[in-house]
Amino acid sequence: MNGGKGRALTEGQRAERRLGLWLCAPAALIMVVVTGWPIVYSVLLSLQRYDLRFPEDKAWIGLSNYATVLTSEVWWNAFWVTLLITVVSVAIELVLGMLLAFAMYRAIVGRGLIRTVVLIPYGIVTVAAAYGWKYAWTPGTGWLAGLLPEGSAPLTERGPAIAIIILAEVWKTTPFMALLLMAGLAVVPEELLRAASVDGATLWQRFTRVTLPLMKPAILVALLFRTLDAFRIFDNVYVLTNGSQGTGSVSISAYHNLIGGLNLGIGSTMSVLILVTVAIIAVVFIIGFGTAAPGSER
Amino acid sequence: MAEIVLDHVTKRYADGTVAVDDFDVRIADREFVILVGPSGCGKSTTLNMIAGLEDITEGELRVDGRRMNEKAPRDRDMAMVFQSYALYPHMTVRENIAFPLKLAKMGRAEMDERVERAAGLLDLAPYLDRKPAALSGGQRQRVAMGRAIVRDPKAFLMDEPLSNLDAKLRVQMRTSISRLQKSLGTTTVYVTHDQTEAMTLGDRIVIMRAGLIQQIGPPQELYDHPRNLFVAGFIGSPSMNVLPARLEEGLLRTPIGDIPLRGRLRRATEGPDVPRDVIAGIRPESFEDASLVHDTDQGGTFTGTVDLLESMGPEKLAYFTLDTGAVRSEHLAEAGGEEAGEGCQLVAQLDPKSGARRGAPVRLWYDTQAVHLFHPKTGENLTER
Ligand SMILES: Nc1ncnc2c1ncn2[C@@H]1O[C@H](COP(=O)(O)OP(=O)(O)O)[C@@H](O)[C@H]1O
Ligand SMILES: [Mg+2]
Repeated sequence: MNGGKGRALTEGQRAERRLGLWLCAPAALIMVVVTGWPIVYSVLLSLQRYDLRFPEDKAWIGLSNYATVLTSEVWWNAFWVTLLITVVSVAIELVLGMLLAFAMYRAIVGRGLIRTVVLIPYGIVTVAAAYGWKYAWTPGTGWLAGLLPEGSAPLTERGPAIAIIILAEVWKTTPFMALLLMAGLAVVPEELLRAASVDGATLWQRFTRVTLPLMKPAILVALLFRTLDAFRIFDNVYVLTNGSQGTGSVSISAYHNLIGGLNLGIGSTMSVLILVTVAIIAVVFIIGFGTAAPGSER
Repeated sequence: MAEIVLDHVTKRYADGTVAVDDFDVRIADREFVILVGPSGCGKSTTLNMIAGLEDITEGELRVDGRRMNEKAPRDRDMAMVFQSYALYPHMTVRENIAFPLKLAKMGRAEMDERVERAAGLLDLAPYLDRKPAALSGGQRQRVAMGRAIVRDPKAFLMDEPLSNLDAKLRVQMRTSISRLQKSLGTTTVYVTHDQTEAMTLGDRIVIMRAGLIQQIGPPQELYDHPRNLFVAGFIGSPSMNVLPARLEEGLLRTPIGDIPLRGRLRRATEGPDVPRDVIAGIRPESFEDASLVHDTDQGGTFTGTVDLLESMGPEKLAYFTLDTGAVRSEHLAEAGGEEAGEGCQLVAQLDPKSGARRGAPVRLWYDTQAVHLFHPKTGENLTER
């Protein structure tokens, strides 16, 4: 809300502000109930020793769950695997998404068809798609596994399994990236590109010197959305490897501790750490936005 | 510096629209040519074909004798100024102006020197480190000009570069563009829909309508000798008065009196294809207050009641309504001629010493030698063929 000049609000402004608050209130209340409370509850759980197998041992233990998790090799392995999946898949999605966005935006014939086809993977439920990939890579039954040398079972080896997880993730979410980037392409005025070509720019120079800088805010939004999503990757990993061979993501670890291990304290600690990491990523991007909007600063 | 030849150039868009039809003009080196015409007549399309932003459907574009049809815009060495200015919002003024030089991989020192010089010419020096968003409309326009002149191109192509400016700034920029072009001597093609700009800027005017060239010539020639009713109505402000007229033995009967058919008027009406009913055209400045004219015999006179009087300073404009129906012609509506509701409007440009008053009758003299006759169907100027 813009506060007008100086501190004092007129009666009208104050009334408007009050109305604004009232209008937000229902949404804010629902947010508090469905997300705020679980977060607070997780933080509370993370400060306790609380294993459902030994409920009588429940106690407040301060930050020692955090010490346990942060010194655990399993956690750090999951963390680095998640980071690897995030960085590699988002990078590939950005490049592919940009190409698809151009194809969708520039297509002269069959624009509707191209857009529909591109969006299909995004319309399929992640778990269903993940099972598709799983069967495809399972020796004996899978069409993709059949292309590999006899006797190889890629989902049972760490490197190949992570590569397949990335592949499934990229296949699934590149269309989303492409959609966001296409919205960014649309904000670049056609006349600027014409001006650049008269000024002597090649197609590539028009892209790097005009289109990309003007799209920067859209690219950052797309990267932010995708990075946050990718860091919380769960479905694909759960279906494809369930975290075996050291392929688990941080969300998988949290899940195993909470649901499989019934260790609410450790599981909640991991959840809180994921939240903190995600918040750090978001803040970094938001600082990036501040310097990204072209032409807004003098 | 270049000679630009458009050799029977036609543009047909994918949807079948013929935007430019058989455009045939030779633009001399250092010449300043104006493309003028109402909106949608194909001016921008023509300019874009010269720039390489639109393909040429038929015909040939030659620059200094070399065929350009297949060349990419970047290989044509022309600079363009757009109506929206098309400044790069993420670059400073300096970077905007330097952009074509940077793409041409010019050395740092020379680039800086050229940018400074262009900025000096256009009074942009204090703003070099600003972004376009922090500039006024006039300053943005000058940055767009700077980006064009900085690289010393073969030609300047300008598409309505002044139409986003307010009236006063437009007049200022008009003179500075004119001066700049003369001092740089760069061949320039300038698109506008504003006949005043066309009249004041160009060495030659190409006037277009619905994709077709109507007439090509220096401003004064188009003004004095319009080839048809469209050109006559488009060029000149206030525009030429058009009156219904009828040819009778040796006389031209008009709502402002009978004019004897002598000399050029007689020759004009001699052809076998000349109908009885024609359109007479007479410019506002061909009138004068009869009391200020020594020899009213040389010409005609008529008396009318002044509807409205505008004192412009060096002249007065007197408006009359004649008790006859207005001329309706497809050749006028498009040219932006007055869409007279009822009655035939007449504007006379009088000396400020005239005693004409609003609501009072005044006797006017007019120069019968300045009357044009137009064919009512084809719009052809019968007095100019
Ligand atoms: N890309 C296009 N496809 C089809 N028709 C077009 C296209 N661009 C312009 N036209 C048509 O061509 C004609 C000339 O347009 P334009 O050259 O922009 O006119 P002007 O600049 O004189 O106003 C107009 O009738 C316009 O509708
Ligand atoms: Mg135009």
